[in-house]
Amino acid sequence: MKSDKKLIDENGKRLDGRGPDQLRNIKIEAGVLHRADGSCYLEWGGNKVIAAVYGPREAIPKHTQNPLKAIVKARYNMAAFSVDDRKRPGPDRRSQEISKVTSEALEKIVLTDQFPRAAIDVNIEVLDAEAGTRCAGLTAAGVALADAGIPMRDIPVACAAGKIGAENNDGMFSGGFVVLDLGKEEDNFGNADLPIAIAPRTNDIILLQMDGHLTFDEFEHALDLAMKGCQEISKLQKEALLRRYKSDVEVEE
Amino acid sequence: MSKSTREIVIPGQLVGDLKDFKPGRGTIVENEKIYSNVLGIRYESPPYINVVPLKGRYDAVMGDLVIGIVEEAMSSSWLVDINAPYPALLHVNEVPWDVEFGETEKFLNTGDSIMAKVLQVNIEKKLQITLKDRNLYKIRGGHIINVEPSKVPRIIGKKGSMIGILKKYTRCRIFVGQNGRIWIDGEDKNVALAQQAIHKIEEESISFGLTNKIEEFLASHGQ
Repeated sequence: MKSDKKLIDENGKRLDGRGPDQLRNIKIEAGVLHRADGSCYLEWGGNKVIAAVYGPREAIPKHTQNPLKAIVKARYNMAAFSVDDRKRPGPDRRSQEISKVTSEALEKIVLTDQFPRAAIDVNIEVLDAEAGTRCAGLTAAGVALADAGIPMRDIPVACAAGKIGAENNDGMFSGGFVVLDLGKEEDNFGNADLPIAIAPRTNDIILLQMDGHLTFDEFEHALDLAMKGCQEISKLQKEALLRRYKSDVEVEE
Repeated sequence: MSKSTREIVIPGQLVGDLKDFKPGRGTIVENEKIYSNVLGIRYESPPYINVVPLKGRYDAVMGDLVIGIVEEAMSSSWLVDINAPYPALLHVNEVPWDVEFGETEKFLNTGDSIMAKVLQVNIEKKLQITLKDRNLYKIRGGHIINVEPSKVPRIIGKKGSMIGILKKYTRCRIFVGQNGRIWIDGEDKNVALAQQAIHKIEEESISFGLTNKIEEFLASHGQ
């Protein structure tokens, strides 16, 4: 699987014209669904994600309840029409993995001990996919949780960094650039992808995955880059929440 | 902090220093600093600093008067939805009637509404409610509307000022449950007006001088 296209030129300019440390365009809107307790719609480049939060409510089935704290059940799902070739609908190995890591990341942030025996359901629906959907989903979930009025330590935020453009000489890779927020081609034909999620106030890492190869120095660089990306997105999340509720506050006079 | 509105805070936002305040509701402490843990409004009430949530489920407190809807009648108790994360238990010993074992359905059945009092909340957040008190009974007739539980204090107002105005202008019987359910009974036209007023209160709950505004609204729309 080798592409003829060059993912990045000598000046560090990428296929879609971004620099190495530039994010795609992000649009966040909180409170879009009426029937959910909290919700969020997010566009991140070509990704379109909707997240809905229900609860806290009694955990069912009963054996999943924890008498000391609430459980967070995230469900990541890709719509059949979200990718170019139709995706077979329903949970698969990939979406189950993402649901699991997202649940665990959110459980670290939510103050679960306030709701013993309860479940907080987070449904993440990917309507349009273009690389980096797990980050987009988790970022949307963070806003939706805050919108639902669920007590949290912080608003979780996710972002990825990766490596692209290394030369392949019989399996030995050399060169390449560490860049922020991989696009579609960069994800498919790049060398490595490092999605992370953090609690932006304390910079605590709540999710870290890696696909591909990075040297230790490259890893450190990529992590640093992704952290900065997260901080930037965190600002957008907060703006979206305030925008949604400021209008409730400012009364016509 | 401007005078016209109260400040909205989001989870993880710094709301004060441990040197100046004590952490109140809706806050967490880390490294001597007080942070909000919920989307809400920041209130200073020295020595405490509180964040009152804008949204969220009803957090049951012992002694609260609530409106419940019966979910299920069991042989010696009922399960009642009181808008909390968990259904509340109403035992036959806690109702004013003499109920034979297995005949609970004759008194309260799925879908019936009751005014009840929260009897007990244990550490596991298991809820028990009672009907044994003054003014607690099964609801017959009228309308029930839902509001955010966090807005209930605004609907009641300081010493019942807001609810007093509502009752005076709409000539309805109104009961506000702490869990965000409101029962209204009266003429259809008046009930509709009361509903409008309550939604107005809910939408503008953060502004100052709301009681006067609602009084104007009711005076101009009533009759």
